[in-house]
Amino acid sequence: MGGAMSTVMVLAWRNLWRNYRRTLIMLAAITVGIWAMIFMAAMMRGMTDQIVENTLNTLPGEVQLHHPEYRRDPSVVNRMPAPSAALREALAAPPAVAWAARVRVPAVVASERDSRGVILLGIDPQKEAALGSLPEEVIEGRFLADIDDRGVVLGASLARRLETGLGKRVVLMSQDPDNNVADRGARVVGIYKARLQGTEDVFVYSGLAVTQAMLGIGSDVSEIAATADDYRLMGDWYQPIAAAAGPGFEVLPWPQLDSFLDSMLRVQDGFSLVFMVVIFLALSFGLVNTLVMAVFERIREIGLMQALGMRPGLILAQVLVESIYLLCLGLLLGNVSAWLTIKPLESGIDISAVAQGVEKMAMGTTLYPALVVQDMVMSTVVVLGLGLLASLLPAWRAASLDPIRALSRH
Amino acid sequence: MSAITCTELCKTFQQGDEIITGLNKVSLEITKGEFLCLSGPSGSGKTTLLNALGGLDTPDSGEIQVGEYRLDKLSKGELADMRLHNIGFVFQAYNLVPVLSARENVEFVMQVQGVSAAQRRQRSDAVLAEVGLAGMETRLPAELSGGQQQRVAVARAIVSKPELVLADEPTANLDSKSAAQLMDLFVELNVERGITFVIATHDSRVMGYARRLIHMQDGVVVSDEQQEPHAMDV
Repeated sequence: MGGAMSTVMVLAWRNLWRNYRRTLIMLAAITVGIWAMIFMAAMMRGMTDQIVENTLNTLPGEVQLHHPEYRRDPSVVNRMPAPSAALREALAAPPAVAWAARVRVPAVVASERDSRGVILLGIDPQKEAALGSLPEEVIEGRFLADIDDRGVVLGASLARRLETGLGKRVVLMSQDPDNNVADRGARVVGIYKARLQGTEDVFVYSGLAVTQAMLGIGSDVSEIAATADDYRLMGDWYQPIAAAAGPGFEVLPWPQLDSFLDSMLRVQDGFSLVFMVVIFLALSFGLVNTLVMAVFERIREIGLMQALGMRPGLILAQVLVESIYLLCLGLLLGNVSAWLTIKPLESGIDISAVAQGVEKMAMGTTLYPALVVQDMVMSTVVVLGLGLLASLLPAWRAASLDPIRALSRH
Repeated sequence: MSAITCTELCKTFQQGDEIITGLNKVSLEITKGEFLCLSGPSGSGKTTLLNALGGLDTPDSGEIQVGEYRLDKLSKGELADMRLHNIGFVFQAYNLVPVLSARENVEFVMQVQGVSAAQRRQRSDAVLAEVGLAGMETRLPAELSGGQQQRVAVARAIVSKPELVLADEPTANLDSKSAAQLMDLFVELNVERGITFVIATHDSRVMGYARRLIHMQDGVVVSDEQQEPHAMDV
C-alpha cells in the first residue's frame, strides 16, 4: 500500500501541473480566499479585543471578589473584610499582574444647585493605576493622590449637570451599615473625561480610607478586582484566588461578571467561522470545476490505471491527493501573505475617517488587527475539511469509471 | 494445463433500441504457453472476449476461470488485484501515462504491487533493455515514437512476470517495421519465458505469428485452428 500511495502522490503532483495555468489561477483564488479569511478574522478580533479590553477597564478587572449578596444588592451592608495575607499572596501570583480593593456603594452627590444619584468609588489610586481602571483623562485639576486624599474627582458630564466645578464643594451621602445617613463634604479636586458619557455621570472617585471612614466600615471593602496579561487567558487562574478567599466570598471571572461581553466573543468566533465557510463555499465551486475538468481530461488514463490493476480506492485517493496539494499550497501562500500583511498593521490602523461614533461601541479610532494562531488553524481546518468534501464528487466519479468505457473514450 | 477456461460466455449491448450480441455462448480453453490470435471483423466480439478474459468486462452469463480465479465470483477490487498480479495488458493505442517517463511507466504496475524501489529500478531497466529501449528510460512518452511507446507498453505488461498477456490490436497504430519488431518480441517472450499470449487482431500479418488462430463472427467462434506460425514479411 505504501508503494501504491507513493505512486498516487507522484501522479497527483505531476498531474497538478499538466495544465499549469488552470492550477495557478485556482491557486491564486485559494490564496486570496485564505488571506481574506485570516485578514478579516484579524480585523474582527482586533475590534473585539478593543471592545472587551475597554469594557474590562471600566468593569474593571478580569476577576472580582464580592460579598455573596453584593451583586444582588450593592449596598454597604454587603461588604467584606480587607484581603487576608493568603488572599493578597494569591492575588499577586502570576498570571495576575495587578489587583486593587475598593469601596463601591450607591450614593448621592449634591452641589449647591443640584443632586444626583451616583456610585461612589473609594479607591487606592496607585493600585487602580496598575489595574488600568483610572479615568482616561483628567481634564481639569488632578486625580486623587492617595487613599487619604479628601478631595473628590467627578466626571465632566456630572459636573455640568450639578453646575459645579473645580475647587467647589459637594456633599457625598450614602448609608452606613446601620442604615443611618453617612455623609461628608468634599472639594472637587479634579474633573475627568471618559469615553462614555454614562461613565462620567455615574462614577465619583474618592480616597479609599476617607470613604471607609465616612461609611464607618473600618478597613472593609465592597470589591476586590484583579487583572492578568490577556483576558483570553482567564482559564482557571482565578480558582486559586477563590481558594485563598474562602467560602465567604463570591469570586467570578469576567465572562460571568459580564455575560454580554462573553457572548460577544463567542459570536465573534462563530461569525469568523461562518465567514470562512462562506468564502470557501464560493471557492469550492472553482475547486470542483478544476478537478472535474482534470478528471474529464484524463478519463483514458484513469481507465488504463484501472485496467492495469489500480483499485478504485487508489484512483479516488489520486484525485483527493491532487486536491490536497492544491489546498495545502493555497494554505501556505494564504497564511504567509496574511502574516506578511497583518503583522505590519498590528501597530494600528487609523479608522477615524470612517468610524464616527465608534467610541460608543467602546472602540477607539485606531484599530489594532490581531493575528492569532486560532484563526489560522480555523481557516486551515475549514479549507481542508470543505475542500476535501468538495473534491469527493469528482474523485468518486473518477473511481467509479468503467475501465472499458474509459479506455475507449477519445 | 489450462491458463484460461471459459464456458458459454454471453454478452449483449444495448445500442439505442437495438440489442447487439457481443458474445454468444463462447466456450474456450487456452493452455499455458499458447500463442493465440483472435481474429475477425470489427464487431465480431474479439475485443469483448479479450476484455472478459482480462476481467475488464463482465459477461451476462457463463463462467471464466483464469488460473486459480473464477472471475465471475470476484468483486471489482479483487478483479483489479487479479489483473495487477496475473495479467499484462497491451492496448491498441499506446496508453502510457504521459506524465511518467518510460521507466516510471514500466515501474507503475510494480509500484502498485509494492515492489521495493531498488528492485523496480533493476527490473524495469532490464526489461526496457530487453525490448530495445536501453538509454531511453528517462524519456517521456511524448518524446518516443509510436513503436517505442508500444515497446514501453509491452515492457510494462511483462515486467511483473505475468503468465498471461492480453493484447488488443497491438500493431494497429504501428508501421510495418515496428509491427514486425513488436511481434518478434512477443514470439521471443512466448518462447523464452513461456508467457501465454492472447492477441485480438484483424491484421492478417499478425495472425501469421500465431500457433492457434480463432476466428470469430457475430459473437460466435466460427473456427479454431492450429497453424504453422510464420513471421511478417516486411
